[in-house]
Amino acid sequence: MNITLNIWRQIDSQDKGKFVEYKLDNVSSEMTFLEMLDSLNDKLIREGKDPIAYDSDCREGICGMCGLYINGRPNGPQKGVTTCQLSMSVFKDGEKIIVEPWRSKAFPVIKDLIVDRTAFDKLIQAGGFISVNTGAAPEANAIPIKKEKAERAFDAGICIGCGTCVATCKNASAMLFVSAKVSQFALLPQGQVEAKERVQKMIKAMDELGFGNCTNTGACEAECPKEISLSNIAHLNREFYKAKVK
Amino acid sequence: MSRYLGSSITKKLVMALAGLFLILFLPIHLGINFMLLKSDPEPFNKAAYFMANFWVIKIFEVVLLATFVIHIIWGIILQIQNWLARPIRYKVPNYSQTSFFSKFMIWTGLIIFIFLIIHFMNFYFIKLGLVKGDPENFYSVAHQLFKIPAYLAIYLISFTILGFHLSHSFWSAFQTLGWDHPKYTPLIKILGLIYAIFIPLGFFIIPIIIYLK
Ligand code: HEM
Ligand code: SF4
Ligand code: FES
Repeated sequence: MNITLNIWRQIDSQDKGKFVEYKLDNVSSEMTFLEMLDSLNDKLIREGKDPIAYDSDCREGICGMCGLYINGRPNGPQKGVTTCQLSMSVFKDGEKIIVEPWRSKAFPVIKDLIVDRTAFDKLIQAGGFISVNTGAAPEANAIPIKKEKAERAFDAGICIGCGTCVATCKNASAMLFVSAKVSQFALLPQGQVEAKERVQKMIKAMDELGFGNCTNTGACEAECPKEISLSNIAHLNREFYKAKVK
Repeated sequence: MSRYLGSSITKKLVMALAGLFLILFLPIHLGINFMLLKSDPEPFNKAAYFMANFWVIKIFEVVLLATFVIHIIWGIILQIQNWLARPIRYKVPNYSQTSFFSKFMIWTGLIIFIFLIIHFMNFYFIKLGLVKGDPENFYSVAHQLFKIPAYLAIYLISFTILGFHLSHSFWSAFQTLGWDHPKYTPLIKILGLIYAIFIPLGFFIIPIIIYLK
């Protein structure tokens, strides 16, 4: 199929940036979205032009590097996928595809479609960890955990830190990401040690980094490639009040 | 300034509690309004008088007014922060599936605020003596106002907008309070929808009947 792309180009973080139109012919519907961009870059390099900068690493939906805002939706029109998992089969012949970087104050654009997601690292540094003594890994079955809790912790734990939630939220809020981390640890015994500081420090960091306030709109849950549930945000709120009262 | 009001979650909590208080108040107001349908002005005027002069209600009135002010100011602060969190907007508007009316809370809220000002000019400020009028006979004030088509239209539009505001906010307040349950959350959402439809409907019926009489 033949497609027309409108892609955000920006030389560096200071540049004002603009959309540039590219026509690409003979795109196979079996390609992934990133493979399609690779082939466009191949063409640009052959023509002696500057290739488009975009992030990717694993290309199988686990590293969370690749997010792009495609035709008004993060990771494009497919549900529950990262941009690298997005298939070109969802686009029609002759379709116009507009590609933008994540837009939020906390994720400034570095170049073209690449944004700086250091803000997420800072959130993790603020409390998204547990302290354990180094040494041999303890026997996994030594600490009994209720199956239902283990499952909920796992469902929250699969967050890959891709930033889709921030990108799609009308408030550019990081609540789904933070709630996934807080919830995951709050559900497990290993997370109890720092539970109280964790939630307060992470929320403080979240506010300071310039993310918006959650208004329970739910776009994050609808677009999250790992389908992290909004109920984690209620859980996060609960943990926050608990930490304040205790 | 926002820093002194606490974290984002604290501000949201204040907002939600204020909103829930307003949600409790609306059915009380509606109940009194139904007395407007009686041909005898006494019960309504008595209720209005009672609302205006009984000391318990006086305290309630101050709390209620403060609640409105807090809800509105906190709402505006949160919204401004949220706009600032995305200084460069997307070219293509977002198509993500969301709670539809949650996108317009600030606008539905501001329309309700404009209605509140009109409403206060017609009633509350008269009672406070800020605007001229007869505070003893709100029954006839209401009846006269509802006979004016333009006023009736503003009234009906305002309550439709309130319904939109409520359709998102009822459940949202529970979520903010951290109340979430696999079984009861869907129930709360349904309850919120019922509330958001029937409370405005209640406010609708009264002026329409009066207008048609
Ligand atoms: C009788 C009138 C009103 C009622 C019953 C009401 C109720 C509520 C409730 C329960 C919420 C949800 C809070 C939460 O999600 O935690 C809410 C949100 C909101 N309200 Fe109101 N409200 C009213 C009037 C207003 C007015 C006059 C404004 C004026 C600006 C306003 C602005 C907002 C905004 C911006 C939000 C979204 C904020 C957020 O979700 O964080 N509301 N409202
Ligand atoms: S919550 Fe979902 S959308 Fe947000 S960072 Fe984690 S995986 Fe990505
Ligand atoms: S490249 Fe790793 S998730 Fe897409």
